[in-house]
Amino acid sequence: MKVKVISRSTDEFTRERSQDLQRVFRNFDPSLRSQEKAVEYVRALNAAKLDKIFARPFIGAMDGHRDSIKCMAKNPNYLKAIFSGSDDGDIRLWDIASRRTVCQFPGHQGAVQGLTVSTDGSVLVSCGSDCTVRLWNVSDANLADSDYLSDNSSKPQAVYIWKNAFRAVDHQWDGDLFATAGAQVDIWNHNRSQPVNTFDWGSDTTISIRFNPGEPNILATSANDRSITLYDLRMSSPARKVIMRTKTNSIAWNPMEPMNFTAANEDCNCYSYDARKLEEAKCVHKDHVSAVMDIDFSPTGREFVTGSYDRTVRIFQYNGGHSQEIYHTKRMQRVFCVKYSCDASYVISGSDDTNLRLWKAKASEQLGVVLPRERKKHEYLEAVKNRYKHLPEVKRIVRHRHLPKPVYKAANLRRTMIEAERRKEQRRKAHSAPGSIVTEPVRKRRIIKEVE
Amino acid sequence: MGAKKENSDDEMDEKVKKYLRGEAANLEGLKDKKLKGQLAVREDLYGKSAKTAAKIEKWLLPSEGGYLEAEGIEKTWRIKQESIAREVDILSSRNQYDIVLPELGPYSLDFTSNGRYMAAAGRKGHLAIVDMKTLNLIKEIQVRETVRDVAYLHNELFFAAAQKKYPYIYNRDGTELHCLKEHGAVLRLQFLKNHFLLASINKFGQLRYQDVTMGEMIGNFRTGLGRTDVMQVNPYNGVVALGHSSGTVTMWKPTSAVPLVKMLSHPGPVSSLAFHPNGHVMATSGRENKIKIWDLRKFEVIQTLPCHAKTLNFSQKGLLAAGTGSFIQILADFSGSQNYSSYMTHSMAKGYQVGKVLFRPYEDVLGIGHSMGWSSILIPGSGEPNFDSWVANPFETSKQRREKEVHSLLDKLPPETIMLDPTKVGTVRAAQKKEKPTKKEIEAEMEAAIETAKDTDFKKKTKGRNKPSKRATKRREMISRAKRPFLEQRTQEHETSRKKQKTEMPKSLQRFVRQKAT
Repeated sequence: MKVKVISRSTDEFTRERSQDLQRVFRNFDPSLRSQEKAVEYVRALNAAKLDKIFARPFIGAMDGHRDSIKCMAKNPNYLKAIFSGSDDGDIRLWDIASRRTVCQFPGHQGAVQGLTVSTDGSVLVSCGSDCTVRLWNVSDANLADSDYLSDNSSKPQAVYIWKNAFRAVDHQWDGDLFATAGAQVDIWNHNRSQPVNTFDWGSDTTISIRFNPGEPNILATSANDRSITLYDLRMSSPARKVIMRTKTNSIAWNPMEPMNFTAANEDCNCYSYDARKLEEAKCVHKDHVSAVMDIDFSPTGREFVTGSYDRTVRIFQYNGGHSQEIYHTKRMQRVFCVKYSCDASYVISGSDDTNLRLWKAKASEQLGVVLPRERKKHEYLEAVKNRYKHLPEVKRIVRHRHLPKPVYKAANLRRTMIEAERRKEQRRKAHSAPGSIVTEPVRKRRIIKEVE
Repeated sequence: MGAKKENSDDEMDEKVKKYLRGEAANLEGLKDKKLKGQLAVREDLYGKSAKTAAKIEKWLLPSEGGYLEAEGIEKTWRIKQESIAREVDILSSRNQYDIVLPELGPYSLDFTSNGRYMAAAGRKGHLAIVDMKTLNLIKEIQVRETVRDVAYLHNELFFAAAQKKYPYIYNRDGTELHCLKEHGAVLRLQFLKNHFLLASINKFGQLRYQDVTMGEMIGNFRTGLGRTDVMQVNPYNGVVALGHSSGTVTMWKPTSAVPLVKMLSHPGPVSSLAFHPNGHVMATSGRENKIKIWDLRKFEVIQTLPCHAKTLNFSQKGLLAAGTGSFIQILADFSGSQNYSSYMTHSMAKGYQVGKVLFRPYEDVLGIGHSMGWSSILIPGSGEPNFDSWVANPFETSKQRREKEVHSLLDKLPPETIMLDPTKVGTVRAAQKKEKPTKKEIEAEMEAAIETAKDTDFKKKTKGRNKPSKRATKRREMISRAKRPFLEQRTQEHETSRKKQKTEMPKSLQRFVRQKAT
């Protein structure tokens, strides 16, 4: 007869010396494990709860400005720095890691309306309501040997004076032109003291302007006549225009899908459009209760952050109809500008109360160096939470956010009003001839017309 | 070469099927392209991971299982333990022994889940803990009371003994930690590992579930079917099965006072019960010398064996041990189609009455508790050769044991997750058809609405506005408003029935369809 019995020798399965690692043996057979789904569900519930325990998004506030902050700019070459401009003409360069001012750029007589940095990080362009455009030299050398506390201020490289006050400025991603928005759209070169080109379509002031990250010659602007206009620099006339019901305060292009842009509108929503097809919005992002003032995309192109007049900062998924995350503080007043940091980990908001605030992009993220085992554990918990996040108990915990009372009440009020509208529309439809009343989808509803 | 390759492919396919844990989702009906794309990526990932797991199983597992093959005209069930002991290595032959303790009564055994420690309880009050690796007696105590059963809790530090009046929980050092007074005189104890629940059945047929982490009593049910000492936990789904003297087997969960399943299995009392580790197969034996193998998905008998069994136990690899008198028979299904036949037998010295048989996890050993003590015999091919350190580690250090305890407490399942089909967690419940209320019910509702409308009190108006005629019209208006939704429903139903009638009739007869005057 042939016989064999399981016999394990202890040496093979235990370690020799205490310096050795413990040996781990795996057998992935599902019959060894019972009730796997229930165990995963319990882990998802615990992961959701832990997430909420570790959700501390606010890192710190940067204090220094003496008036409300209207605009910010990030230097694409230097991760730690951010420029901010305020209503009293003060432009500051901040070191985000220590949350201190590195350098100040005095010079503007009135409010600084727009700031932008050239793509190679050498020139900072600022424009203001004193009808001037100033160029500052901000190459790395300048930033590196700076001393925080001493009164560091620079002289502008160039000052160009023009006819009207400016509202916004943006630099081309792949060239040396920059565009300003004011009574008309002007295209400037660094070395010329007069605009190289001017675009004018419509009779109202242009309030924001953005160059396309993929196509260096395309830019989008929004004007006070509730329109969004797309310009092409190679053609001498504007390309397309879409008129909405309310004005757009700011536009941001998706860096990973450069044909899409998202517009932050006065009617508390953000509208994502495909620039090739402006007749219908791709997605409507609802959740704010007051005008959305500024919007910025994450470098991953998957999320964007918005700051609104209702004192909150919200983070949305690029294709999500509702916000993923909301940040608010008692001391933060109307948020006028937001920026996503270039490593997609932080969000910076500038508000009415003269402070810049630094927040984490993912509220429960562990900052600093994460060991590989920790990272794996975080990834596992995230995955198991996403698998069960549709179940009621887990969903309740994952969705829960504390809202400030005015925002909560305003949101409820909006909801009742919208519900009432919808119900009335439904009843009108039910009591009229079928087909006589047509409901427009929300994506189209806010667009009045598209003009070539 | 071609045939061989095909065979190995089939093997791999079977293995992959095992790791896939069910069928892939059918994505044809989905219209949402984004969702379809995301799910397709997921399904692809599952397929890949199942293939990798199958490859690991084939190439990377350290140990191979045991086997016993007879040569020539020899039959496996005639092979005696002595001949096996001669052929195997010394370490394994140490696992074959008899401990004779005649004065202390029939012994009951329990193993920890990693198979390393054993707790033995003699009826006359002898409790002993043995380390099976070194065959070291860790502790023995004499409680001077009848002990009917012993069960380990989540690790070797704690065990529960069902003593004369109440069950007690002891430490590894023999210190009495708790006296569980609420349970009463317990006949059998079982521990549900994933839920940390101690289940007990007592002399009066009351089933109790207690959470051993917080000491909370989760459930207390009167089975109503009398005294029984046949109780087993199904490791697959955590359901407790009781075998009663009327021949019924009932299955219980801690959140309902009514059993989940009640099945009539034997004409006489059920003498023992055992669950296969895959959870779909159950073996029951009755006094009429028959063992029935059940399929629990359909609740049907797969096989009936003419074999007497006072105690039954399934091993990790699916071998069934049946013990009666001083004779133990091991049954195995060789083809995998649940067709059990005799594999090995063992008879002990006359006078030894087998009380309990229990396979030792992760070893090819069968522990037998009998009236003269306990024994251990070798059954090749019964244990799982490859253990997983995160599930149960026979070579656990104390640090690993502490970590495991904390992790298993974090993963403790709530008692509501015990259900007959444990894969239902997280799935969508089938939409329940709402039953239409009958005519009488609708009329009753209408009457109730009218009554409430009649009972409303109106504001007392002054200055000549409170005329009786006005009050009467107001009241009539309220009643008609209460009636309106029911009348609307009625007209809608009439419309739909009329339309239906019209379409059902052949065309030539449609003009004769009676149109009820509304």
